[in-house]
Amino acid sequence: MIKYGARERRPSRAASRQRPRGRARVSMTVSGEPLLKSVVVDDRLELAAAGAWIAEHASDLEGLIDGAVQQGQAVRTVDINMAGVERLDTFGAWLLERLIRSIGGEGRGINVVGLPAHYRGLIEEAHHVNRTQPAPLSENLLGSAMAAINRTANLLARDILLNIGMLGAVVAAVLRTIHRPRAFRLTSMVHHLERVCWRAVPIILLITFLIGAIIAQQGIFHFRKFGAEVYVVDMLGILVLREIGVLIVAIMIAGRSGSSYTAELGSMKMREEVDALHTMGLDPVDVLILPRLAALVLALPMLTFLGSMAALYGGGVVCWLYGGMNPDVFLSRLREVISLDHFEVGMSKAPFMAMVIGIIASVEGLQVKGSAESLGLQTTSSVVKSIFLVIVLDGMFAMFFAAIGK
Amino acid sequence: MLGPLGNVDNVIRVRDVVVMLNGQKVLDALSLDVVRGEVLGFVGASGTGKTVLMRTILGLLPKQAGTVEVFGVDLDKASEQERRAIERRWGVLFQHGALFSSLTTIQNVQFPMREYLHLSQRLMDEIAVAKLEMVGLSADVCDKYPAELSGGMIKRVALARALALDPEIVFLDEPTSGLDPIGAGEFDELIRTLQQTLGLTVYMVTHDLDSLHTICDRIAVLADGKVIVAGPISAMLASEHPWVKAYFRGKRARVVLSEAEQHVS
Repeated sequence: MIKYGARERRPSRAASRQRPRGRARVSMTVSGEPLLKSVVVDDRLELAAAGAWIAEHASDLEGLIDGAVQQGQAVRTVDINMAGVERLDTFGAWLLERLIRSIGGEGRGINVVGLPAHYRGLIEEAHHVNRTQPAPLSENLLGSAMAAINRTANLLARDILLNIGMLGAVVAAVLRTIHRPRAFRLTSMVHHLERVCWRAVPIILLITFLIGAIIAQQGIFHFRKFGAEVYVVDMLGILVLREIGVLIVAIMIAGRSGSSYTAELGSMKMREEVDALHTMGLDPVDVLILPRLAALVLALPMLTFLGSMAALYGGGVVCWLYGGMNPDVFLSRLREVISLDHFEVGMSKAPFMAMVIGIIASVEGLQVKGSAESLGLQTTSSVVKSIFLVIVLDGMFAMFFAAIGK
Repeated sequence: MLGPLGNVDNVIRVRDVVVMLNGQKVLDALSLDVVRGEVLGFVGASGTGKTVLMRTILGLLPKQAGTVEVFGVDLDKASEQERRAIERRWGVLFQHGALFSSLTTIQNVQFPMREYLHLSQRLMDEIAVAKLEMVGLSADVCDKYPAELSGGMIKRVALARALALDPEIVFLDEPTSGLDPIGAGEFDELIRTLQQTLGLTVYMVTHDLDSLHTICDRIAVLADGKVIVAGPISAMLASEHPWVKAYFRGKRARVVLSEAEQHVS
C-alpha cells in the first residue's frame, strides 16, 4: 500500500519521546546535510530525504537506498519524507521508485510525503518504467563453447561458399563481357589501374630493391666461408625470379590495394550504393568488381616484373660494393645460370595471386554490415585472408611446377 | 516559462559571432539569447548556417570573432575543467543520431554515465532502461546495434543518450527530419513532455512547421548570417521580411496553421 501525501506528516509523539533504536545512516551532501536519514521506531521506518538527489550523488544515494531497503524488511510501515529535497532528476526519481518497489509488498505500508509539486511528473514517469524484467542470459559454459564452435564452422563454410560464388559471378561477368565487349567499363579499369599499379611503383621498387640487397648480403656473408661467393648470383636469381619477387609484391598489393577495395566496397554497401545499383538493373559485379579485378590482374604481373628487376639490381649493387664482384661478372654469371624457365614460373603465378586478392577483397567488402566496426573487421580479415591464401597458392604452385619438372 | 529554479535567465548568450567557412562569411555578427526553460526553434533556409551556429556554440567549429556564453561562462575563457563541467550539463541530438555503431543501444545510453559518474552496473542498467522507456522505446531494443534500428528508433535512442546525464540544455538538430508525419508529431509531443517533466531548455534546429507551431515557445529566424526576427509565432506572422513571409505565410504554412486553428477550436 503506497500513499502519497502532499503535506508533511508531523512526527508522532511516540517518535519524539522514544530514543531512536535504529542507527542513523548518514552520508553528507555538499551542503553538509545527509541525503537520506533513517530512523527505526518500533515497527516503523522513518526516512528523511534532503539535499540534491541528482546524478552526481547517485552512487552515494544508491548505497543509502540499499541500506534503507534492508532496514525496511524488518518493519511494517515506512514513512518517506521528501520535503528536504532541493533538486531531483531522473536518477533520484528512479532511486526513490526503486526504494518504494523493493520495500513495498508483504502488506507493508508506505507513505511518501512532502514531495515538491513540480517533481510530480518526474516521479510519475519513473513509476512507469522498468516494469518488464529482461530475460536472463543462459550461463551454460559447455553449451556456449559448442555454440561458438558451431558458429565458427558455419562461418567457415559460408566463407568458402561465398568465395566460390564470387569466382563464379566473376567468370559469368567475364563471359558476358566477351559476348558484349562494349559493356566493359574501361574508364573505371584504367582509373583503378592507375591507383593499384602506377602509384604502387615507387614503394614496390624500394621494398624489392632492399629485399634483393639483403638476400645478396646474407649470401655473400655465408658463402664467403666456403669461397663460393659466385653462387650468390645463382641463389639471388632463382629466389627472386621464382619466389620472392612475386610473393613480396603480392603481399604488398594485398595490404595496399586489397584493403582499399574492401573498404571502398564496404562503405558503398553501408550507404546502400550497392543496393541502388541493383535496383537500377545493374550487376554490382559488372560495375564495381570486374574493373577492379581486371586492373589487379593486369597490375600484378607488371609490378612483379618491376619488383624482380629492382631486387636483382639491389643484389647486384650489394655484390659490387660489399662483395667486390664486378658488375660484368655478376651479369654474365646471371645469364649463365638463370634460364627463362625461372622467370616464366614467377610471372605465371602473378595473375592467379591477383585473382585471389581481388576476389577475397570483393567478398569481404560486400559482407560489411551497417557499422564502422564491421568495416574495420572486414578490411582486416580481407588482408589476413588474402595474404594467407597467396602463400598457400605459392606452395601449391611449387608442387605443381616440381611435378611437371620446370 | 519558468524553470524549476523559478528564475528567468539566459542560459545561452551569443554575441556578435562571426564564422567563416572556406573564406565565406556564414555567420556575420550574429547575436542570440536562449532563456532558461524555453523551447527555442531555430529556422532558416537550407545552407544559411543553422547547423553552423549550433556547432559553434558547441565548440565544434572555430569562430573568428564574438563570444558564446553558456550558463554565464564564456567558453573561450573557460578552463578545461569548467568546459567539461558545462559539457556535462548539455546533451546533443545530432541530425543523423551519431550513435556509436559498435555499441549496443543500452551501451550507447550508458556511455556518458560511464564516463562522468561512478555508478554500479545495476543502477546504470536501470537508469538506461528508464531513459529508453521515457523516449518511448521498450526494453527489447537494449541489445540491438544502431544498424538494426529504424530511423525513428535511432532518433529516439539518440535522444535518450542526449538525456543520459539529465542535462539542462538539449540541442536538437532537425529532430523530426526523416520521420513520417505521425512519427514526427509523436516526437514533438515527446520533446514537450520531457521538457516539462525534466525542466529542460531546448534549442531546436528545425524545418518542420508543425514542430514550430506546436512546441516552440519562441522562434528565431536566421538569414544573411544574422538572426532577423526572434519571438513567438505571432511575431513571425507579423514580420514583413520576404523569407519569413514566404516561410510562415506560404502555401504549406497556411495549411498547417489552419489545421492548428481547427484543432484549437
